[in-house]
Amino acid sequence: MSPSFNELSAGQEIGSRTIEVTRTDLVKYAGASGDFNPIHWNEAFATSVELPGVIAHGMFTMGSAVQLVTDWAGDPAAVVDFQTRFTKPVLVADTTGTDQPGATIEVSGTIGKLDADARTARVDLTVVSAGQKVLMKAQALVQLS
Amino acid sequence: MTINPDLQGRSYPAAEVYDVGREKIREFARAVKATHPAHFDVDAAEALGHTDLVAPPTFAIIIAQRADAQLIEDPESGIDFSRVVHADQRFTHHRPIIAGDRLVAELHVDGVRAMGGGAMITTRSEIFALASGDSREPVTTTTSSILVRGEGQ
Repeated sequence: MSPSFNELSAGQEIGSRTIEVTRTDLVKYAGASGDFNPIHWNEAFATSVELPGVIAHGMFTMGSAVQLVTDWAGDPAAVVDFQTRFTKPVLVADTTGTDQPGATIEVSGTIGKLDADARTARVDLTVVSAGQKVLMKAQALVQLS
Repeated sequence: MTINPDLQGRSYPAAEVYDVGREKIREFARAVKATHPAHFDVDAAEALGHTDLVAPPTFAIIIAQRADAQLIEDPESGIDFSRVVHADQRFTHHRPIIAGDRLVAELHVDGVRAMGGGAMITTRSEIFALASGDSREPVTTTTSSILVRGEGQ
């Protein structure tokens, strides 16, 4: 069920979700995306280039955060524009062999702006991990009918 | 290591064709923890008016990063991939990416700016679908900035 443009207002919340991330998820994302930079799967390599440890692909965070918008919009094709700045890395601890996530990402979305002529809604995402905003200006433009 | 300032304004023409397959859409959707049925089930995608499975909004990164690789692997660029940090990313979809699309990307280096001992490089990929004859249909424009960290950054 797609949201109806006329029933939306700026500041309205579209929901929230929690994304649990493991090292396995990063390996899967590396394979699916073709981004095999070892900073996303090899601790020794990550620390050798002065990172605090293995970090998630920025594109993993961006790509998983937008699912909140996709599901709200009712059609993935309704997301006509999506942008973000990557401000803090998501550090993913090695919890291999346990049922614990290596990191948790909290995503919430609000309507930032409505354009009545274009019938678009800009959804502003707040994306937080370990108490810090990891994405800034994460905005998805949704085309509504 | 220095980034070549002459990179700005450089373009890399569309190279290999990327064939968008259903299983790749499903694999990518799972990898970003997407669950929308239009990524997985052809009937669900068709019910929304699409001709086949719909790719997630960030799927184009696969094609964009392949295009970026031409720049990063260009020996003239001076970029050390292990010191690359993704700074920002944008996708503008002229239409959704659908299974069966045959895509090509044209890479443009829009900006190169020294930052400390490193550099911020902004690239744009214009992604087209090959259509009948020699025509190309605009599908997605991606822009991205990467920070190549200098020593100690």
